[in-house]
Amino acid sequence: MAPYESDDSTSAGEADDLHPGRRKAARYVVPVAVVGVAAATIGLVPALADSGDPDLPKISAQQLIEKIAKSDVQQMSGTVKVTTDLGLPDLGGLESSLTSGAARGSGDGSSADPSTKLTELATGTHTLRVAADGPDKQKLSLLENAAEYSLIHNGKDVWGYDSQSNEVYHSTVADSADAKQKQDETPATPDQLAKDALKAVDDTTSVTVQGTAQVAGRDAYRLVIKPKDSGSTVGQITVAVDSRTGLPLKFTLTPASGGAAVIDAGFTQISFSKPSASTFDFKTPKGAKVTEDDRSDHADGSLKGADKGAKSDEDLGKGLDGLNVIGEGWDSIATFDTGGQGVPSGSEAGGGAFGGFLDSLGDKVSGKFGSGTIFKTRLINALITDDGKVYVGAVDKAALVKAANAG
Amino acid sequence: MSPVELKAIKGRGELRAQPPLPVTRRTTLRGTLFGNELLTTFRRWRTLALLAVLAAVPILVGIAVKIETSDGSQAGPGGGDGGPAFISQITNNGLFLVFTALAATLPFFLPMAIGVIAGDAIAGEANAGTLRYLLVAPAGRTRLLLTKYATVLTFCLVATLVVAISALTVGAILFPLGDLTTISGTQISFTDGLGRAFLIALVVAASLTGTAALGLFVSTLTNSGIAAMATTVGLLITVQILDQIPQLHAIQPYFFSHYWLSFADLMRDPVYWDDLTKNLGLQALYAAVFGSAAWARFTAKDITA
Repeated sequence: MAPYESDDSTSAGEADDLHPGRRKAARYVVPVAVVGVAAATIGLVPALADSGDPDLPKISAQQLIEKIAKSDVQQMSGTVKVTTDLGLPDLGGLESSLTSGAARGSGDGSSADPSTKLTELATGTHTLRVAADGPDKQKLSLLENAAEYSLIHNGKDVWGYDSQSNEVYHSTVADSADAKQKQDETPATPDQLAKDALKAVDDTTSVTVQGTAQVAGRDAYRLVIKPKDSGSTVGQITVAVDSRTGLPLKFTLTPASGGAAVIDAGFTQISFSKPSASTFDFKTPKGAKVTEDDRSDHADGSLKGADKGAKSDEDLGKGLDGLNVIGEGWDSIATFDTGGQGVPSGSEAGGGAFGGFLDSLGDKVSGKFGSGTIFKTRLINALITDDGKVYVGAVDKAALVKAANAG
Repeated sequence: MSPVELKAIKGRGELRAQPPLPVTRRTTLRGTLFGNELLTTFRRWRTLALLAVLAAVPILVGIAVKIETSDGSQAGPGGGDGGPAFISQITNNGLFLVFTALAATLPFFLPMAIGVIAGDAIAGEANAGTLRYLLVAPAGRTRLLLTKYATVLTFCLVATLVVAISALTVGAILFPLGDLTTISGTQISFTDGLGRAFLIALVVAASLTGTAALGLFVSTLTNSGIAAMATTVGLLITVQILDQIPQLHAIQPYFFSHYWLSFADLMRDPVYWDDLTKNLGLQALYAAVFGSAAWARFTAKDITA
């Protein structure tokens, strides 16, 4: 701090009489002790809370999967934390402006459109709230800074509400079967993720029950799903299953390369009591911009599709012509021919900054197939050969090259 | 305050009946020490100017939104980020101006005002040469420090309420009031909304207690009021900048300003308490650490001015 007179005279006083000086210094023990206690509390309390994995009766993997299948939780509400780390560069605001720009481009300008919002879950950590009361009432909210995006299904109506921009998205569903499908589109609930993972169970996969865990204050079994093949980038998938209701509470996907989980979605708080009815009541706020979704009627949608959102689907469909899947289980690789030139290397792209940028994104590889570029994330790798063939899969580099050599 | 201190204050209250002596404030014991401090603080032109600036912010925001939306367009950039929280809702419900105004003033204006008052608390007295006279009164240094802190905390509350009430008034004049939609999309009544607005004002005031303790500690370090204010406000800006650097995410949860905007969680339905409790806990920790550091410094310091 600035050297003012009193500071100097304090030290002068201390020099005169050492004993009071020491006593004065002793007072600073108090703030230091407060810091120490706080640090100890922050460090120790979670460790103490975590200490005991619950003691539960032994159960086989088969029984546990049945428990999940039988699980029929109709009423619940809770908070879910989703962390996604695909190893993609964090583009922050750029990314969100790109995705919203893309959504604009496809004709639908509403930021309350669910597909726009849910792409945000692809990177970073997000907090969601879920609430359900029977098959006709569900709510999913994405908590943002001082704003929230809510997707509410109540009876026939599906509402999307973006509080940041005060925009509303509305569509209708014919019956609860459709609503079920709508729910299936939202990938983030642990329940859904677990069921998807269990679909992949076959000869290529080992499924075991490994110990127990505490999730959101509930005792849970840990179901571990591991690929048997070595070529996969998926290390293991862990699903924590509530021991009483059979509801999957936490889903973790760790990559074979180790490190932090690629996807970690779990309840941090859950309650099985009936959520209040007002949770699912949605009245369009005054002044909100409402976007009606006419895509919900799909027979009609294909006609209108040309100028609506379906346009991008069409483009995508064209790009995916001739899609083949090589291999099975975890090692399956999707391949298709773009018919184009592949990715130009730095020099072909005219050198300079842009070429360097392209090269920095991928690794050059060559083999019997010729040469190509590999683009890597922590889970999905892709090989684009110079003659325009694309191989994509949750497999490592060697497996991609092998597939390219074979194909 | 301990019972003993309360008794002491009560005892001194008997002197209130005496006619005020025509001497300067410090030598009289008119009212309690705390009452005296409050009066001194809130009678200063500096304090009143700070409060006037704070009251002006919602007026400016309200008028700006009114002009921007006079052609019937939406406030704020449609669908995009930018602008303080809740700004797109103001035209539909004037009550939202309270939340917008608090979100706009909390990052800088409010803590700056607190920094000025807290930084001035001890160092200003030392600078003016009145600190030693304050200590001549049989109050004790610990009690003087507590009184000073209580005064700064009162200012936190008053400053926040000034922003909130000014915003509510402007909002009621310029925009319609009525039932409001929470950010979770549910409807609550206007009375419920007012209750939440008041709760938010309290949380915002509580969010400033850490800054207040920090300012008080800095104030005990120097004899120059200006230096203490500048240091406190400088620290505030530094922390806010550091809080924006993604590489520091490991230590950011311990910055006193990190959870400030969590007050918006009170507008969710049901309320999301996680960040709110973290914020309040963090403020209590800062108050304990810097409060005790200020105590250690002030009670051991040689008072020369």
